[in-house]
Amino acid sequence: MSIALEHYLILATVLFSIGLYGALAKRSAIVILMSIELMLNAVNIAMIAFSRYIVPLMLTGQVFAIFIIVVAAAEAAVGLAITMAIYRRRETIDTTEINLMKW
Amino acid sequence: MGVTIAFWILAVAAILGALGVVLLRNVFRAALSLVLCFLAVAGLYVTLSADFLAAVQILVYVGAIAVLIILAIMLTRDVQRGSPGNRLQLPAFIVAALFLAIVAFAIFQTSWQLAELPPPAPTTSDLAFRLLGDGGFILPLEIAPVLLLAAIIGAIVLVREK
Repeated sequence: MSIALEHYLILATVLFSIGLYGALAKRSAIVILMSIELMLNAVNIAMIAFSRYIVPLMLTGQVFAIFIIVVAAAEAAVGLAITMAIYRRRETIDTTEINLMKW
Repeated sequence: MGVTIAFWILAVAAILGALGVVLLRNVFRAALSLVLCFLAVAGLYVTLSADFLAAVQILVYVGAIAVLIILAIMLTRDVQRGSPGNRLQLPAFIVAALFLAIVAFAIFQTSWQLAELPPPAPTTSDLAFRLLGDGGFILPLEIAPVLLLAAIIGAIVLVREK
């Protein structure tokens, strides 16, 4: 049995769901950021699988994956910097206690 | 045949790594598990014949983002508190499971219009042509460094001592 597009898409969906659960259910801001990285990776797998199986000569999915990686790197840098700044002020990165902007 | 075996091994490694991120109580071990997941995803890119992106995945994710996350864990000294869940654990699980079910249903219901052509063997030159050539992505490619520069300056300003 050879590997088809569906295998990669299901794998990407499973990884995205795990990341979604982690992003919604965790209290530590760093674990939430790690879960978001998981979700971005899952989207990359889906993009490259589409590129490989549907338009193999255009490589559009791979170009999109490059931009997703750029945005993910920027997001990780700024997100972790915000986490460090909050930790420095409040001695915690527990997202249930960081409710300054909660209405 | 070899690609099939590689896919299953890498898929299991990626899912185990992802589950480790969510389930391990120690945040540092969760970060190492995330590194395992990133490496498995890089291998999956190779099975999709995306060689350039596999190298980028290892350089950016395993090399840079993983180190950044581990550094943040060490600097926040929050490791001993573990990685507890909040009150929304059960609803979050239900939402994630529902999402998985709906998207899997949609994937199996769609009839994909597959192309039978093999992909180009080294993708690097074709990718460069797609990015920089005529009708390519030259404007997004120029905007991406501006975004990265803004992110670098923003990160420095945020963590600077007052």
